[in-house]
Amino acid sequence: MFDLNKITYEGEGPIVNEFCISICTVNGSGSATANNILYQTLFHMGIPTAGKNIFPSNIKGLPTWFVIRASQKGYTGRLPYDDIVVAMNQVTFEKDMTYLPSGGVVFYADNLNLPENLNPNLTYYPMPIKELIKKTDVPRKLVTFMENMLYVGIVSQVLRIPLDDLHFTIYNHFSNNPKIAESNFNMVKLGYEYAAENIEKKDRFETKKLPPLEDYIITDGNNAGGLGALFGGAQYCSWYPITPATSLVEAMIGQVDRLRRDPVTGKTTCVILQVEDELAAVGAAVGAGWGGLRSLTATSGPGISLMTENIGLAYFAEIPLVVWDVQRVGPSTGLPTRTAQGDLSMLYSLGHGDTSHIILIPGTVTECFEFGWRSLDLADRYQTPIFVLSDLDLGMNQWVTKKFEYPNKPIDRGRVIWEKELEELEVWGRYMDIDGDGIPRRTVMGNQSPRAAYFTRGTGHDVYGNYNEDPRNWSDMLGRIGKKLQLAIPYLPGPIIRKAREDADIGIIGMGSTDDAIRETQDKLAEMGIHADYMRIRSLPSNTTEREFIASHSRCYVLELNRDGQLCDVLSSEVSEYSEKLISISDIGGMPMTAIWAIEEIVKRERKVGGSGN
Amino acid sequence: METKTAELNLCGLALSDYKGKPSTLCPGCGHNSISAQVQNAVWELGLPPERYVKLSGIGCSSKSPNYFLDRSFGFNGLHGRMPTLASGACFADASIHIIGFSGDGDTASIGMGHFKHVIRRNVPMTYIIENNGCYGLTKGQFSATSDQGLVLKHQGVNMLPPLDMCMEALISGATFVARAYSGDTKQLKELIKAAISQRGIAIIDVISPCVTFNNQDEALQSYTWGRENEAPLHDFKHYNTREELEGEEFAPGTFREIKMDNGTYIVMKKLEKDYDPTDRNAALDLLTESYKNKYFATGLIYFSEAQETIQDLYNLPDEPMNRMASERLRPTKAMLDEINRSLY
Repeated sequence: MFDLNKITYEGEGPIVNEFCISICTVNGSGSATANNILYQTLFHMGIPTAGKNIFPSNIKGLPTWFVIRASQKGYTGRLPYDDIVVAMNQVTFEKDMTYLPSGGVVFYADNLNLPENLNPNLTYYPMPIKELIKKTDVPRKLVTFMENMLYVGIVSQVLRIPLDDLHFTIYNHFSNNPKIAESNFNMVKLGYEYAAENIEKKDRFETKKLPPLEDYIITDGNNAGGLGALFGGAQYCSWYPITPATSLVEAMIGQVDRLRRDPVTGKTTCVILQVEDELAAVGAAVGAGWGGLRSLTATSGPGISLMTENIGLAYFAEIPLVVWDVQRVGPSTGLPTRTAQGDLSMLYSLGHGDTSHIILIPGTVTECFEFGWRSLDLADRYQTPIFVLSDLDLGMNQWVTKKFEYPNKPIDRGRVIWEKELEELEVWGRYMDIDGDGIPRRTVMGNQSPRAAYFTRGTGHDVYGNYNEDPRNWSDMLGRIGKKLQLAIPYLPGPIIRKAREDADIGIIGMGSTDDAIRETQDKLAEMGIHADYMRIRSLPSNTTEREFIASHSRCYVLELNRDGQLCDVLSSEVSEYSEKLISISDIGGMPMTAIWAIEEIVKRERKVGGSGN
Repeated sequence: METKTAELNLCGLALSDYKGKPSTLCPGCGHNSISAQVQNAVWELGLPPERYVKLSGIGCSSKSPNYFLDRSFGFNGLHGRMPTLASGACFADASIHIIGFSGDGDTASIGMGHFKHVIRRNVPMTYIIENNGCYGLTKGQFSATSDQGLVLKHQGVNMLPPLDMCMEALISGATFVARAYSGDTKQLKELIKAAISQRGIAIIDVISPCVTFNNQDEALQSYTWGRENEAPLHDFKHYNTREELEGEEFAPGTFREIKMDNGTYIVMKKLEKDYDPTDRNAALDLLTESYKNKYFATGLIYFSEAQETIQDLYNLPDEPMNRMASERLRPTKAMLDEINRSLY
C-alpha cells in the first residue's frame, strides 16, 4: 500500500521541473482549454510532461481532475500523490488536499469554504477568482471559461513560468482566431499580474526553461491512431460510438476531407460510416474488407464482445480488417472512463472454436500512429483480422511523444489478384496455398474474369470455397490458417528492450501504456541496486527475441493492469519451457500504473528471494 | 451435324452461364423456384454475372445463393447480418449490383435491426426475403412471420402475431416494396428485374412454402393457400427497352408505366381494382387490410422515385474504390509534416 508519509522532498531550495499538479474542477465547466494551455506551455519550455484527464462517466456537473506531471528526467507516468493542487471544486476540496505530502501546495479559489483542521505542512495560496473576474468586461456566458484562465495565470506566476511562453502557447492554441487568443491571454495576464503583486512565494516548486523538445509533439493516442489509419490508406471505417474509442474515429472524421482527397479526381477515398450497433460496425467492415477495401473499426471491450462472431467469421473466411480496441475497465459496463489492460486474453483467441489473432500493442502515441497504418498492411497481407490494442490512458490522455514518422514503405495490398494475374494462373482456388506460406491469393468483387468468383462462407470449405464436411479437409484448412499466422510472426513489430546500465539478472516485461511508469521503475530500482532489463512487448504471438529475453534472465516480472496477469498467462503458455521464470505482478483499479507501486511490488518479491537483484 | 445453339442475351451469354451449384434444399422447396427466377431475371437483364454479388445470412434462404449465378461473388455470412455486409461491400465497387438473400428468421427476428437500418441508409441493393413462416434449417420452429394460431408439429400453437415485412420496409422508408409468391414464377421474375433496376434498396418479400415443416393447406405460407388465394394487384411486367415496350398493345387508361432509373420500364396492367403503388398511404392501407382479412396481395406494393443512396452521400470517385492505386490512398509527407507542426 502506498504511504503518503513516505514522500519527502529532499534538501532545501527550489525543486525545479519535477512536480505533479492536479487541477480539480467540475466537468463541463470548460477547464480543458485552460489546463491544456498550462500543459502545453510546460512543453513549450522544453519540460517533458504528460496530462491525464481523470473524468467521471457523466457529461456535466461531477468532479473531474486534470493531472499534469512535469519531469525534467522524463518520468511522466502517473504518481499516486500530488505536489500541487489547484482546487476549484468545493465538493472534492478537502479530499483533494489529502493527496499532498508535507511540503505540498494548494491553490484554491477563495470563494470555496476552507475545511477545518488544515494541514499545517502545506502551503496555501488563495485565488480571488470571483473578485478578479468582476473587474473585467467578460460576457456572462464566458465567465466560467475565463475563470479557468485566471488560475492558469496565478499558478504560472508562482511556478515562475515566463509570461512570454504563455503568450506563445495561447496564440498558438487559438491560431485561427487571434481575437479569442487575445481575450484569453488578457485573462491569464490578469491572474499573473495579481500573483506577482500579491502572492509571496513560500513553496519550493519552480520551472526553468530547457532546450526545446524539437522532435516531439503533444497529442493523444486516438488522434494518432486515426491519423495513422488515414495515412495507411484506410478506405472504409464503420463504427459505433463508445468511450474511450470514439475519438479515434472522430480524429478520422476531422481530417478525412483534408487528407484523403484523391489527387486525381479531388474526390474522397475514404468512407466513414456510423452504423446502428457494433454488430453492424464490424459486419460492414468485414463486407468492405471482403470487397477489397482497406477497412477498419474502432471500439472498446463491450463492443468487442458484440463483434466476436464476425471476427470468427473473418478469421475463418480470411477477410482482412483492422479492429482497434481502446480498452476501458471491464467486465461488463465496468468503469467506462477508466483505463485497463484487461482485454488481452479475450482478443487473443476471440471467437468460438480454434482461433488465434495477431495483436499489435502500441506503447506510445507515436506507435499508435505507426500501428495505425501498419495494421492495415498486415491485415491485407495475412487476410485476417488484426487487432490494435490500446487503452484509455494512451488513447485519450495528452502525451509528449515523438513526431509522427512518414510510413517507410509503400502500402501493401497483399495478394489481391485481378483479371490479368488470374489469367496467368493455370490453377487457382481462393483458399489454395499456391505460394507455400499459407497465404492464398485473393480475388475481390468487380473482378470481371469468369474464373474470379467464389462463394465465401463461414462453413467448412475446400480450397475452392465449396462446402465441405470432410474431416481431413477441415483440419488441413484450419491448419493452414494457423501456419499462416505463425509465419507472420517475424513481420510483426518486435519488442523494445531497454537494458539495465549494468548486467542484469532479472527482467521486467510490460506492454502498452505502462511504458512510462515501467521505465521510471527500472531507473529507480537501479538507484536502489536492483538492476533489471526491461522488455516491452509490441505484438502477439510472441517471437524468438521475447523467448530469448525470458530465457536469459533468472526471473522476469510481468507488470500489467488487470486482475489475472493476462500477458503473463499468454507468455507462460507460449514460452512454456521457461514459464517458472515468469512472475505476474498485476493490479486493476482503473488508474494508470505508477512506478511507486511497481517498485514496491518488485522490491517485496526480490527481498523474498533474497536477491539484491544482481 | 447441326447443334442447337443456345439463346444468348444482350451480352452474348446463355442462360446456363448464370447457373449455380445443384440445390441441396428439400425437393419442392419454394426457395428453389426463387433461385431459378433470379437466374432467369439476371440473364434477361443482359448484364454478365460478374456485375452482381450475392450476399446472404444464415438459414435455408441464405444457402440458396449458391444455387445460381456461379460466376458472381457470393458471401454466405452470419445469421441476420447480411445487410451489414452490404453496407460495407457497396463501397468496394459501386458499379456492382448487390442481391441480398435472407429469410424470415434471418430478417424478421435476429436481423430486424439491420434490416431497418440498411433501408434507412438506402444501400443500393435488391433484398429478397424468402419467407416461409418458419425456421427450416433448425427443423420447424415458429418465426416472427408465422401466423398467429399456426400449429406446428413439435411446437404446438403459435401465440404471437406475425410481423409484416412489407409493412416494416415501408415504414422504414424503402422506395421499392413488393410481395411475391414463389409459386407465381412469372410475376416473381418480373418483380426481380424491376427490383434490380431500382437505384436504391428494393425489398421483395417472397412467400415461399417450406414443404417439410410448414406446408399444411391452412398455413398462410403453403402452396395450397398461395395457389388458392394469391391476388395480384396488377399484371406486372418489366421491359429492358422502350422498343420492347412499344411492341405491346395497351388500351388507354388500363395501365401504368414507370421508367426506372437505369432506363428500363415497368408496366402495371390494371386488374379488378386500380391500385396506385406510388401512393404510400394506399400501400399502408393495403397491408393493414391484407393482414386483417388474410388477403394475399402480390405485386409492386410501393414505388417512389429514386432517393439519394448511401453512395450518393459520399463524394466518391467514379472508378471502383477497390481498384484504386495505392499511391492515391496515402496523403503526402508534406501533409504529415504540417500535422506534426500543428500538434501542440
